[in-house]
Amino acid sequence: MDLATFAVQCLNALQYGLLLFLIASGLTLIFGVMGVINLAHGSFYMIGAYMAYALAPALGGTAGLGFIATLLVGLVLAVALGYALEWAFFSFLYEREHLQQVLMTYGLILVFEELRSLTLGDDVHGVAVPAWLSGSIALGGLMSYPVYRLFISGVCVALALAMYAVISRTRLGMAIRAGSSNREMVASLGIDVKQLFRMMFAAGVALATLAGMLAAPVSSVYPGMGNQVLIICFVVVVIGGLGSVRGALAAALLVGAVDTFGKVFFPQAAGVLVYVLMAVVLLWRPEGLFKAT
Amino acid sequence: MNARTAIIVAAVLALACFPLFGGKFGVDFVTKTMVLAILALSLELLVGQVGLVCFGQAAFFGIGAYAVVLLTPKAAAAPVAWLLPAAVGAAALYALVVGALSIRTRGVYFIMVTLAFSQMAYYVAHDTPLGGGTDGIYLNFVPSAGPIDLARAMPVYYLTLAALVAVFVFLAVVMRSRFGRALAGIRVNEQRMRAAGFSTYPYKLAAFVLSGAIAGLAGFLFAVKDGFVNPELMGWHISGTVLMMVILGGIGHLHGAVLGAFAFTLLQEFFKSNAVFGDFSKHWALGVGLSIILVVALLPRGLAGRRG
Repeated sequence: MDLATFAVQCLNALQYGLLLFLIASGLTLIFGVMGVINLAHGSFYMIGAYMAYALAPALGGTAGLGFIATLLVGLVLAVALGYALEWAFFSFLYEREHLQQVLMTYGLILVFEELRSLTLGDDVHGVAVPAWLSGSIALGGLMSYPVYRLFISGVCVALALAMYAVISRTRLGMAIRAGSSNREMVASLGIDVKQLFRMMFAAGVALATLAGMLAAPVSSVYPGMGNQVLIICFVVVVIGGLGSVRGALAAALLVGAVDTFGKVFFPQAAGVLVYVLMAVVLLWRPEGLFKAT
Repeated sequence: MNARTAIIVAAVLALACFPLFGGKFGVDFVTKTMVLAILALSLELLVGQVGLVCFGQAAFFGIGAYAVVLLTPKAAAAPVAWLLPAAVGAAALYALVVGALSIRTRGVYFIMVTLAFSQMAYYVAHDTPLGGGTDGIYLNFVPSAGPIDLARAMPVYYLTLAALVAVFVFLAVVMRSRFGRALAGIRVNEQRMRAAGFSTYPYKLAAFVLSGAIAGLAGFLFAVKDGFVNPELMGWHISGTVLMMVILGGIGHLHGAVLGAFAFTLLQEFFKSNAVFGDFSKHWALGVGLSIILVVALLPRGLAGRRG
């Protein structure tokens, strides 16, 4: 493998890892703060991808500002969906056992998949890369790298930084951190936990949806895409340590690298490597790399 | 005989009489459901009785099924007398390895480690020539069982029913034994059990291996019934479905697992039926999903759980 190929694979690994982080961060926060195991999180990724497919024609295609408009409208819809779902399905689940939440969110997966099938059908769709991001950058003569993938990585890095700033520097972030270590205490200190939960949940939904919208042009839009990503995101969350956003970032990059380079070096065993990684990490550190702070 | 025992005996009698009027499709459907019920019972032992939520039960199920196909010689049928122990033993052996490692972790981490190990088994079957790859493999010869012909649907039905009853009774007895009491103690308060002088690790491991062995038995029956195995048997979809059956039925009751398996498959069959829903039946998952949500909202302890 020459240097340029290696660089391309590194960038691919980075982009995949960052995208996983976007989904997994919501999952880990919803678990850490709200104590809810949300199996339906992958569905939000799927919904995002289908929104990118369905909204784009209405908002001027993917040319020029149409893509940005799609992203923004999609985000607004995602936040609204998050609020509505939290209100209707999750608000009464907090006191229940984890397994009840698992069953409920499993039911939601089925419902989301079928609603998708009813409204948009079961076909595989492609989404065009926006024209102004469709070029590629030359890398060492023969190789080139698509600008759009760099754009995905850029957006993810920006969001990761924003998340870091919010969580470590603001009052809201303080409430989130406190909430993930001791919920009852936060409530008794006068923080409106209900509101906090609703906001967290909506933010998690928005992040996963955004990841879906960003990924749609690279990975095509197909039924069941949410379930595939859900399991990998659980792997990420668990390797990183439940509730830890920092851990999710480290684990997402690790999983991205193992998966991408696994496909290059050991195509036979590519699928299993991520799980081997998880088993090794958990046998070494039974609570993940970073314990929630 | 109390009311619960009476209901269970009545249910077994109903199942025993079912083939008289069930028809070919009905017999096949109930056989499949009973196999899943055995699998659900194996998981209920872990989830409901010990408090270990295993998300990799499909691996043991699949290993049991694959063992039947792989151990049957190319040219002749193998006798049940050694094929059954071999299938159960193979599953139990893998459960021993997985359990020994994963019992060190707790809660969601345990869920994910067991998933990881079952995915490893899945990929071995999926990506190596050993298990016939993605397409799966056919069973050359149905195991021979003396005068009983396991190629016919009826004997397989009664064999499965007998296995279901045997597993149910066996687990009920186990849970009343000293070993079962210790498991219940671990579920309620592991710390206290340790303080009381129990080394909890061997108990949990023994339960894990027992559960894997029963899942292997379910896999054996599945392979005999269908005569075909493929990697999807070990996929996480099966593990997930079985877990949902157990939760739906009501955690903490053996009959809950059986009830959950029947309720789940019947719900699916109901919403899939063309007669009731016409063209909408292809969106059967919507009905199943909504029913599940309804059960969670209205019956917090599952179908078998006490109200309130």
